[in-house]
Amino acid sequence: MSFHRIILTVNGSTEQVDVPGNMTLLQMLREKLALTGTKNGCAAGECGACTVLMNGEPVNSCMVLAAECDGAEIVTVEGLAQDGQLDIVQQTIIDEGGVQCGFCTPGMLISARALLNRNPSPTEAEIREALVGNLCRCTGYARIISAVKAAAEATQ
Amino acid sequence: MINPHPGLPELDYIKPASLEEASKFLAAHAGEAKPFMGGTDCFVRLRDGAWELKYLVDVKGLDGTNTITFDSQKGLIIGAAVPMNQVISHPDIVKNYPLLSEAARTVASYQLRNRATIVGNICNASPAGDTTGACIVLGGVLNVFGPKGKRTEPLSSFFKGPGKTVLEAGDIVTSISFPLPPNGAVGRYIKLGRNMLSDLSIVGVTVLGYPDKTTKSGYRFKIALASVAPTPLVPTQAEELLAEKAISEETIMEAAQAAMDAATPIDDVRGSARYRKYMVRNLTRQALTDVWKKLTE
Repeated sequence: MSFHRIILTVNGSTEQVDVPGNMTLLQMLREKLALTGTKNGCAAGECGACTVLMNGEPVNSCMVLAAECDGAEIVTVEGLAQDGQLDIVQQTIIDEGGVQCGFCTPGMLISARALLNRNPSPTEAEIREALVGNLCRCTGYARIISAVKAAAEATQ
Repeated sequence: MINPHPGLPELDYIKPASLEEASKFLAAHAGEAKPFMGGTDCFVRLRDGAWELKYLVDVKGLDGTNTITFDSQKGLIIGAAVPMNQVISHPDIVKNYPLLSEAARTVASYQLRNRATIVGNICNASPAGDTTGACIVLGGVLNVFGPKGKRTEPLSSFFKGPGKTVLEAGDIVTSISFPLPPNGAVGRYIKLGRNMLSDLSIVGVTVLGYPDKTTKSGYRFKIALASVAPTPLVPTQAEELLAEKAISEETIMEAAQAAMDAATPIDDVRGSARYRKYMVRNLTRQALTDVWKKLTE
């Protein structure tokens, strides 16, 4: 099997990585770049635990080949905080108690950030629709949704 | 069964520089190579062991696969690699082909729709494809690049069974073309899932209706049904009935019954065949009534 050399930006830094053709973006982030914030849940594009931003848009990183990411700009949960300051969604999910086991949280935060980037003042229905691809088995979603609402209100 | 490991089986990633190169490679490696766009169906099948491949050929970005073009005389062309979210929000599609946006919006989740494509949904040939019905009723035609050059494939003869199409090794669908929608056309897609959003359909009903002076009823209705036959199903008898008889509640009920009679669903984890049959009738009736109301407003 041949390797592909790719150059991409991950959380603002340029990375050069040699990846086999069958390696997913999720595997590359965790196994090559040690960014283990992004989680492997279902490996089938259903649960959203592996959600990252690719060129500004959220994708399931288990459903993207690393070799496809040459030239891409990736943001993982590790890249949300800036200069030691948590992203507002990170702060509100803590404040609202939207984290229990924490496994879905990285993907949830990325989807929430992507939603607020494209729609700074979403309705509850829009929040629910935007998070439909992020499954949480602990919280029952209510506190996560109120955290996204609070983040939207705080940035108005 | 879902493989708990995040990796794909051993295979190589091929990124050809042109459609010719991609087509030649795919033809030379028939049975061991497949083209892919977003990969949302391919990767799942590879992980589950349903497919065994040596090569995945990335055809994104090749000639015309990345663009949406609309011409008020000629109609719409959606490139095969255009993600569904772009179809959902494209102003020309929202304005002129709202049914396409409506159907695409019911597919899975926002992040999956950043990878999933309309053409991929069609080529996957799942009877449950949410956007396939809209493409059928809107008269979609696939533009194919194959070993013998370019050709078109109408959707009416494209599907051969679950996961099976007329495409052969070396064929790459580059885009889908739509004629201008008929004047006054109104569309509706009703998807019955196990939950409100994101699930695969138990039954999907797509209806497009428009005034048509050439029919006895003065209207033409196009209907496509999902998840109730081995391929996407067009209940032609129901369509003919609605062209022949004056449209009324009774005619709509009769057409809904004809759609139910045409459906040949199976029992599976999402629903029983019997339940599906009845829901075809109920949802076809509802979709036709919704469209009819809007047409006569």
